Amino acid sequence: MAKAKIEVPQIKTKREMPSLQPGAMAHSKPYVAAPDHQKPLGFPGELVDNWEEKAVEKLRELLGKYRSLQVFLDSCVHCGACTDKCHYFLGTKDPLNMPVARQDLLRQVYRKHFTPAGKAFGGIVNAKPMSKEVLDDWYKYYHQCSQCRRCSVFCPYGIDTAEISMAAREIMDHIGMGQKYCNEIIAKVYKIGNNLGLPGPALKATLEDFEEDLLDETGIEVKLPLDVEGAEILLIAPSADFFAEPHIDSLFGYAKVFHQAGISWTLSTYASEAGNFGMFIGSYENMHKISNRIRKAAIDLGVKRIVFGECGHAWRVAYAFLNTLAGPWDFLDPKYPVPQSIIEFTHDLIRRGALNLDKTANDHMTLTYHDSCNVARATRMGDMPGGQLILPREVIKAVCNKFVDMDADTIGEKTFCCGGGGGILTDELLELRVKGALPRMEALDAVVKQEGVTHMAAICAICKSQFSKVLPYYGHDMEMIQGVHQLVSNAIQLGTKE
Amino acid sequence: MSVLTVAYALLFYAATAILVLGLASKISQYARTPSPLKIPTTPAPLTKTGAGMRVLREVVFFESLFKSNKWIWLLSALFHASLVLVLMRHLRYFTEPVPLWVLLVQPFGAYGGFAMVIGLLGLWYRRLGIQRIRFISAPSDHLMILLLVGIGSSGLMMRFLSRTDIIEVKAFCLGLLYFEWHPLPSDPSLLVHLGLVALLMIVFPFSKLLHVPGIFFSPTRTQPDDARERRHLAPWAAPLDNQRDA
Ligand code: SF4
Ligand code: SF4
Repeated sequence: MAKAKIEVPQIKTKREMPSLQPGAMAHSKPYVAAPDHQKPLGFPGELVDNWEEKAVEKLRELLGKYRSLQVFLDSCVHCGACTDKCHYFLGTKDPLNMPVARQDLLRQVYRKHFTPAGKAFGGIVNAKPMSKEVLDDWYKYYHQCSQCRRCSVFCPYGIDTAEISMAAREIMDHIGMGQKYCNEIIAKVYKIGNNLGLPGPALKATLEDFEEDLLDETGIEVKLPLDVEGAEILLIAPSADFFAEPHIDSLFGYAKVFHQAGISWTLSTYASEAGNFGMFIGSYENMHKISNRIRKAAIDLGVKRIVFGECGHAWRVAYAFLNTLAGPWDFLDPKYPVPQSIIEFTHDLIRRGALNLDKTANDHMTLTYHDSCNVARATRMGDMPGGQLILPREVIKAVCNKFVDMDADTIGEKTFCCGGGGGILTDELLELRVKGALPRMEALDAVVKQEGVTHMAAICAICKSQFSKVLPYYGHDMEMIQGVHQLVSNAIQLGTKE
Repeated sequence: MSVLTVAYALLFYAATAILVLGLASKISQYARTPSPLKIPTTPAPLTKTGAGMRVLREVVFFESLFKSNKWIWLLSALFHASLVLVLMRHLRYFTEPVPLWVLLVQPFGAYGGFAMVIGLLGLWYRRLGIQRIRFISAPSDHLMILLLVGIGSSGLMMRFLSRTDIIEVKAFCLGLLYFEWHPLPSDPSLLVHLGLVALLMIVFPFSKLLHVPGIFFSPTRTQPDDARERRHLAPWAAPLDNQRDA
């Protein structure tokens, strides 16, 4: 695909604090959802008549439902500590991409309609009534937030702009101003079972092709089972694993691990999607509905465990929300946490020596690892705090000889988003995505130059797609991005253990 | 009893009532509002005690702010720590006999006043001088600093320039507490000082000073990381479970 014309930010060796360029991204907004995308989710098809009041009404409802929203809107002291923490601000210089400024777009309406100070002295506290102008700003700038939570790490009150963005999107959906990309995808899940709209028979055919590929590659019959009743494990993979590169290679990695471990597993047509876009649009109801497809699949197939494939935001919904949304899981094997991440699963096998791995298979690469924002700051793996940062690295180190971390301020809990998370992985937002990737690209560039890093691994379907797309803008090969189980797939010695 | 004394006495009763009732209603609002999902910013402690310690570290050491920006951390730590000292020092106006520890902080408290104003001016300098922070500042942010600087400097004036009769002030304060009013000295710095303090008490529950109760209710900090172990159903969300097929 030809590269669109985008002014790619220059990589600097030392990160510079941008001087503000008001309005720099005022032209950036995603396509608005059509009635067909809105209605299956329970939202009005187009902007409703008295949308100003409806928006304020919805805000009132959300304030009563979410303590986070109420506390966050009240507590910000405008200290400015978060102002330089957002990758979209660093990459675009648009001041409305500073987390606090982004919050203030909603806070101004909250103050005007819900606080005595805003009602009495609007001008002094920057309160503004709901208006077309405000709605336009919301639509633009709440779709320039990848809900990565980096700002919340640094805020003295833990204010998480992601929560505010989700609330704003929820309000916009309810007045008929939804975003096409997310809502179209959710509608597909309801109709077909996954984000890609890949129907059952097509999925079956795809998996059969893959089995042949695996047989050619390894000489061994590695299976990719679909809808197998009574399997031990239900694997929920992001649907990109069924068709996109480099995602497929990680799917092969999972299959090989299951094969060598000799544990029966299955995918499900009905729940053929790990990603839950209900989170991006802040819709508890839609998130609940999508999550419960997994519950139903687990019950129908009679599995004992649920394992999630490589996907960051999927892992957030799975780890942090699934128990609440779709539990209790009393019908599953209580020996294992529900759900588990494929990283936890493989890590455990490696620790027990159940996999035969040849690290030299990855010797042509020097790896670094990109902590996906949702994994790093919203979930856990294993049984100790921070395991989500440790386990993936241990898996990589078990299958690769050469591994280097990027600058400490850009990984772990301080990781920079890939620039494509939070429901904005769509082509009309490409400029935003390219610019938002800048801080990650700077850190990557440094280890490429200083440590000879050739590849970067990740465990998120969005990160993989996003990097495949933006790496070339920064002069790198799109194949530079690898899945962790892609590395496992290279290293695992099939036929030696099972 | 002079009009002035009556006016200030009433002002303080009103300000106290507004502060207490306003804060109580905000706190009960926060406590009543459910958190329907587990959203601690991770890595997070796994237990409630651990999460409590995390909040404590935020309150006492400003842990996240320290990660974020050393200058803001330094200046606001200076301001808040001095404020605590100064408040402790002021307890002597409300206690008889004055407890020993309050007597012991007296000398530090006096200089705490300077440190507090320096911290505030430093924060204001950043608010004005740094483009990013200027951009996000509302008029109320500047006014809040002015108000606090006004309180601090009028207090320092009384201590170091035109000394006020603090015996009389104490009598007035105790009089307020025990509903036996005593006349208030009509010193200009004192009147300004007390007037601004009353104003601060009044705006407290309606302003960003709500960060004080807010930090104790911020789910990203207060929640333990135990999502897989415990369901976290909010009352409004629970009925949705009846709609599922399985
Ligand atoms: S959540 Fe991430 S993308 Fe959104 S404002 Fe915060 S740092 Fe920026
Ligand atoms: S760090 Fe927190 S309190 Fe400070 S400006 Fe940002 S959101 Fe507001």
